[in-house]
Amino acid sequence: MMKTITLLFAIMFSSPLYADEAYEILLDSMVDKNFVTVERLKQDELQAFCSKPRSAAVDEVRAAELREAALEGIPSPPGGDYLGDWQRGEKVATNGKGLQYSDDPNAPNGGNCYACHQLDPAEAAYGTLGPSLSGYGARGQSAAMLKYTWTKLWNTHAYNVCSHMPRFGAADILTPQQLQDVMAFLFDPTSPVNRSQP
Amino acid sequence: MNNRFIKIVFAIVIGLWSATLLSQGEGIFDEYRDMLGDDNPAIFVIFDGEEIWYTPAGPKSASLEQCDLGLGPGVVEGAYAQLPRYFADVDRVQDIEARLEHCMIQLQGLAPDEVSTKPYSLRGDLGTQLEALVAWIADQSSGLAIAPGQAHAQEKSAYALGETLFYYRAGTHDFSCATCHEQAGRRIRLQALPNLTTHEGAAAAYGTWPAYRISQGIVRTMGWRMRDCMRQQRMPELIMGSEASVALQTYLAVNGAGASMTAPGLKR
Repeated sequence: MMKTITLLFAIMFSSPLYADEAYEILLDSMVDKNFVTVERLKQDELQAFCSKPRSAAVDEVRAAELREAALEGIPSPPGGDYLGDWQRGEKVATNGKGLQYSDDPNAPNGGNCYACHQLDPAEAAYGTLGPSLSGYGARGQSAAMLKYTWTKLWNTHAYNVCSHMPRFGAADILTPQQLQDVMAFLFDPTSPVNRSQP
Repeated sequence: MNNRFIKIVFAIVIGLWSATLLSQGEGIFDEYRDMLGDDNPAIFVIFDGEEIWYTPAGPKSASLEQCDLGLGPGVVEGAYAQLPRYFADVDRVQDIEARLEHCMIQLQGLAPDEVSTKPYSLRGDLGTQLEALVAWIADQSSGLAIAPGQAHAQEKSAYALGETLFYYRAGTHDFSCATCHEQAGRRIRLQALPNLTTHEGAAAAYGTWPAYRISQGIVRTMGWRMRDCMRQQRMPELIMGSEASVALQTYLAVNGAGASMTAPGLKR
């Protein structure tokens, strides 16, 4: 019995070796293009941990460690204000460009929120990979709600360790100012996100 | 009237038309597809592909007629459906693009760079020779079952590697193929996303590439689709016929095995 369990563990934890092999093969299979280099193929700990099917068993101890590490790295918003300008935030949410080798590296990155989420209920072209966020502001603007949402946007893995959402703050995809603006787009009662359903 | 002129006129008409269609969402594309019925503009590209296959080219001034796509030299019918597969002469698994490159180098004497530097069209191009060849060769497997090789050890490990790469998260956005293609019934903006881990999803996707892209006015290959998915994942550029490209296509082909090839498809 113990032997079986030991063997099982040996198989489970030998898988990172295979990921290294995958990395080597990707390095041989890709080339730098414009400003995007093969440096991006190297996985950090979180990416390596989360490169499994959704149905795969999760090492809960390691997951908790990664979750706590993500939570520790969340800064407060500049000036202590969680909410910026919703009109600017709407532009960030709509913009799908940024960090692809076909994009202009000098233009501001977009958040591409609509790729996966419903936001303004009047916008028909929204994706469904993530939950609908229409009416998000109805949850109120308590300190806990603001902090939760800021954290979620900054580094989603602080809550859901293998979430598929990008780490918009922690990975420098959006600036703190852009994130404050997206926060306002979600929370401001006058933002289209919070208009009544048509 | 020559073929090229018809093609240009067709591309312009389709281009203008698709620009209006693009602003109207996905439903309109289904209507457009229904309206065209069996008339896929890829037919012009297929004719070109056949012509290119039989035309002597390269320093050796040879055609591709002696190219072995897996069923013996010169056998094109049914060849696409059994790719990717292991080829003993190169001791590796190849997809249609890697195999064609091999034949162009061996039979026609082309330099490796000449084939792989620009395998796919850029926006506004009227198509590459490789795209035309792949369109014709795939059309010669239309209606046949997807049946990639899985007997050889290298074919099995290509599948295993493809599966690993499918879930490999990296880059600025932590994306993998699975980010968009591991669930059923989801969409990105208005674009429906197949679940490529299932037989149905993989068959529907793999069986319809290469495809005529209405919004681009050209035929795109499965290899191009792999490269473009990597671009959207914020990864660097995937090399045509590379080990990773072939492995990912093997993963899709094996998941979709048994279903019919209906390529060249017609896509947004």
